[in-house]
Amino acid sequence: MESPGLVIPVEHGLLFAAVLFCIGLAGVLTRRNLLFVLMSLELMLNAVAFVFVLAGAVHGNADGQVMFVLILTLAAAEVAIALALVVQLYRRRRSLDIDSLDGMRG
Amino acid sequence: MTAWMGWIPALPLFSSLVLLLLGGRMSARLVTLLGVGSVLGAALLSALLIAGFVSAGSTAVSVMLQPWFSSAGLTIAFGFYFDGLSAVMIGVITGVGSLIHLYSAAYMAGDEGYARFFGYLNLFVGAMLLLVLADDFLLLYLGWEGVGLCSFLLIGFWYREPANGYAARKAFVVTRIGDIALAAALLIMIQQFGTLHIQTVIERAQLEWVATDWPFWVALLLLGGAVGKSAQLPLQTWLPDAMAGPTPVSALIHAATMVTAGVYLIARTQGIFLLAPRIMELVALVGALTLFLAACSALVQHDLKRVLAYSTISQIGYMFFALGAGAFSAAIFHLMTHAFFKALLFLAAGQVILSLHHEQDLRRMGGLLHRLPFSALCFAIGCAALAALPLTSGFYSKDAILLQAYGLHGGSLAWWLALTGAGITALYSLRLFLKLFFGEVVTEPRPDMRPTLVVPLALLCLLALLGALIPQPLGAVFAPLAATEVPAAVHGAILIMPWLGLVTGALLWRYGRGLRQRWNDSALARGWRAGWGFDALYDGLLVRPLLLLARLNRKDLADQPVQFVAWLSGCAHAWLSITQNGRLRRYAAGIAMGAVLVLMVVTL
Repeated sequence: MESPGLVIPVEHGLLFAAVLFCIGLAGVLTRRNLLFVLMSLELMLNAVAFVFVLAGAVHGNADGQVMFVLILTLAAAEVAIALALVVQLYRRRRSLDIDSLDGMRG
Repeated sequence: MTAWMGWIPALPLFSSLVLLLLGGRMSARLVTLLGVGSVLGAALLSALLIAGFVSAGSTAVSVMLQPWFSSAGLTIAFGFYFDGLSAVMIGVITGVGSLIHLYSAAYMAGDEGYARFFGYLNLFVGAMLLLVLADDFLLLYLGWEGVGLCSFLLIGFWYREPANGYAARKAFVVTRIGDIALAAALLIMIQQFGTLHIQTVIERAQLEWVATDWPFWVALLLLGGAVGKSAQLPLQTWLPDAMAGPTPVSALIHAATMVTAGVYLIARTQGIFLLAPRIMELVALVGALTLFLAACSALVQHDLKRVLAYSTISQIGYMFFALGAGAFSAAIFHLMTHAFFKALLFLAAGQVILSLHHEQDLRRMGGLLHRLPFSALCFAIGCAALAALPLTSGFYSKDAILLQAYGLHGGSLAWWLALTGAGITALYSLRLFLKLFFGEVVTEPRPDMRPTLVVPLALLCLLALLGALIPQPLGAVFAPLAATEVPAAVHGAILIMPWLGLVTGALLWRYGRGLRQRWNDSALARGWRAGWGFDALYDGLLVRPLLLLARLNRKDLADQPVQFVAWLSGCAHAWLSITQNGRLRRYAAGIAMGAVLVLMVVTL
């Protein structure tokens, strides 16, 4: 399904996904606000989903897009639960600082 | 008649189960009803059983209730054997036992462990009945250990006092030495005959062991068990300390019934003992020495209950002496009369102790004759029976022991010790009575005449006086003794001996105040008071070295490898728990780094 005209090389797509993933990871590791951590997590999920779409396009296979839809629903479900937890957490502790939530330390 | 024989031990056992499990939630009235009622019921059943037994001609009955277990060729049945000896024993246990239960209901009223007390006491009666009814040595051993357990529990009944706990442990450990000997005897029987059925073992022993050494060893081991339980030399040290328990316990367990279990055991296995004449001599010697040493110790005690404890050891010594001499029925006769008058003495002592606000020291008593006339009457009868004054029950049984022993063996050393012991017995009985009821009033008593306290005492007074009239159906159990001629001088000496003690005592009391004072402080009296130093001897010989070893090996050498494993996993734990710091971002970083690492390994 090679289209004529300007063709973006696969390497660029992969690089973009890797950069996106690393930005998300850095956000998860450095951010202390739980909301931003969740947003960074979304970023990482989307980077992965992008790789699936890319692979599907390269190999001419629809499975990649199926996987993308699956990841989308998964992300939606995850956000629904996570946001409910965030709201509850904020009501109880009046703070979303993730480092203060260390009640399970050994 | 035999169908409901199983109910006799089952009633108290069942009630003890209920009391121990649910006693805390039951009202005191219900506890009394169950605790006393079950033993009274057992007493009624026993009376019916004995009446039926005697009217049927006193022939022994064997009842197999239930097979117990069978393993490696050894079959044990849960069965009862009922003959004249068992009849006397269950009569004493349930009869004296129910009077003491009745008394306990008043004595222990208001104690926070009221239900627990009756639970243990009922368990004791049930176990004791199992012991004397058992048709099998293993069942006998079950009852034997059961009464030992109850003794331990009841000596330490007031467990908040450390001394009571120590006394309970001491009784348990010392009697355990005897129990091990008994267990060894049972193992020899299993190995030799492949059965523990008492009658079979004795029959086969008489057939197969005649010219062997086995009777010697088995009888020696059985004697070891008996001296442990009956507090005879050399295992007598636990009984004086056992007085730490409540007074009704001392009366029932440590005077009237449990401590006579050793006498019962020897009488039951007489067929084996008769095969080992040297052990019979040893039994007589142990009994005579014990009765003499304990009588001397009883003479100088300051504690009311310890006087009675030493006199118990001494009287059981008479029973052992009689057994060893071959006068079995005299021994069982003395067992019965002793149960009556010693229970009377202990219960009367309990009444005095209650009236004096739990005072037990004789030096702080005195002059109670007009203040506690009923107790004085009980003590007078009890002491008279203990001293074997004519017309009391103790007179007939002790007379029978000394006469028959002389007839069988003549004036041996043991016999002379027993005769002297009779004089000392009278002397310390009189001393006890005078110290309690004459002299100056030291502590003002508060008389306590509740009917539940008085009725059992009155009945025991009657038994102590007239108990010798109760016929004992022992004719079929023990072979009749050959009639022998005893010189009139010997008979005279036996009759005079108690009076000699009494007159000496009276003279000393009246004229010998200075002499008594000096005697009380002398080294010999102090030694006697400490039970001839047996406690110190065992302490130095066994207890201290053991404690020293334990202290030296506090860091158990064999424990070290195990401890090292524990230490290692402790270190690993400390190290790993650092990583569990609860920081979500660290965990995420860990996962990321792990993923990178896996990728590196896969790609490279």
